[in-house]
Amino acid sequence: MSRPEDLLPPDLFYDDNESRKYTTSSRICNIQSDMTYRALELLDLRSPSLILDVGCGSGLSGEILSDVPSHQGGPHTWVGMDISPSMLDVALQREVEGDLLLADIGQGVPFRPGSFDAAISISAIQWLCNAETSDVRPEARLRRFFEGLYACLRRGGRAVCQFYPKNDVQRNMINGAAVKAGFGAGILEDDPGTKNSKLYLVLTVGGGGLKGDITGIVDGMSNVDVLDARKKAMGLCESRANPARKGDRAWIMRKKEQMASKGKVVKPNSKYTGRRRRPAF
Amino acid sequence: MKVLTSNFTACAVKTCKTSSASFPLHFRNAELELQELDFQPEFIRNILPRIDWNALHMTANELGFPKLPESKPEGDMLNDEQTLKDLHRLLLETHVTEGKLVCENCGHEYMIKEGIANFLLPSHLAMADVL
Repeated sequence: MSRPEDLLPPDLFYDDNESRKYTTSSRICNIQSDMTYRALELLDLRSPSLILDVGCGSGLSGEILSDVPSHQGGPHTWVGMDISPSMLDVALQREVEGDLLLADIGQGVPFRPGSFDAAISISAIQWLCNAETSDVRPEARLRRFFEGLYACLRRGGRAVCQFYPKNDVQRNMINGAAVKAGFGAGILEDDPGTKNSKLYLVLTVGGGGLKGDITGIVDGMSNVDVLDARKKAMGLCESRANPARKGDRAWIMRKKEQMASKGKVVKPNSKYTGRRRRPAF
Repeated sequence: MKVLTSNFTACAVKTCKTSSASFPLHFRNAELELQELDFQPEFIRNILPRIDWNALHMTANELGFPKLPESKPEGDMLNDEQTLKDLHRLLLETHVTEGKLVCENCGHEYMIKEGIANFLLPSHLAMADVL
């Protein structure tokens, strides 16, 4: 499948036609709202807050922020930034409640320090990995973005950025840039290994009574496997329902299921399935 | 653009980051509009400590709301519903729909059209610090 990021810069790709298609497609709307709810869960906001929506587009995620019921800590007030005038135009027509700014996140975040309680970004920051003109470098744009974001969040604030990296290089580039800006950064991966895999970069700004990074945030969540790579190397990474290591029982069971679903003949499971053999003499 | 947002935006030009004159940005030729929103006292109480009162005072004067108290409401005044309602009206319901924001330090003008401020910088200002 082609990636829009490879075709054109975001302000040109999302023209009037593309913006309208994006906002009226029920499939995209559903995916966007699922991701926004997931991001809200990760942000864990308990009182009405001021939120920055990075790459707000037509305000699909912002609408959800405005509609959080009061017993869940809402409704939140948000400020959205986007580079595509057409997307913002659609947002205006939809009469979203948040405030909108036309801005390029790669040029920094034009807010004074400590402005926001939280930041959210749905399918936006992978655009920063592309250099559209010869006088900019993706690394410099990522650095300016994360430095600006770090500054404008209050202490103890959090940011959740869902993004679609093209490959592991982009993923590490984004994660590395966030760590360099001073964030406690971690990646949560939903449904890894499937077509619907979603990556959430969870960023924390010091303090906040938590353990300070993503391991503290996902602590109470069910279904999360923590893969802390800090001991092995820089950067930490976590994943939900992570594929088990090749060759162990969980991995074999998954493979057998996959084969069975393809209609292949699979040996029935027993207590011997995936069991270690006795050591060879 | 809400008055609340203008209390948080600073000039995006890199060289202005170190100057105190780059905040707040000043409204010029502003056209105002009132858009009703649900009153949320909790949110006002949450956001008030982070509001720069001097800057808000300056903005309110420029927009023609001179009734703002001299100092930031604190303590018991936060329980007074009328004070909070006034703040709600100024911060969240008052929108600047047309006009521009001007940085006092570098003089850069950010145009506001249909309530959306344009913070895109020309490339020579944006990438002044490429390594």
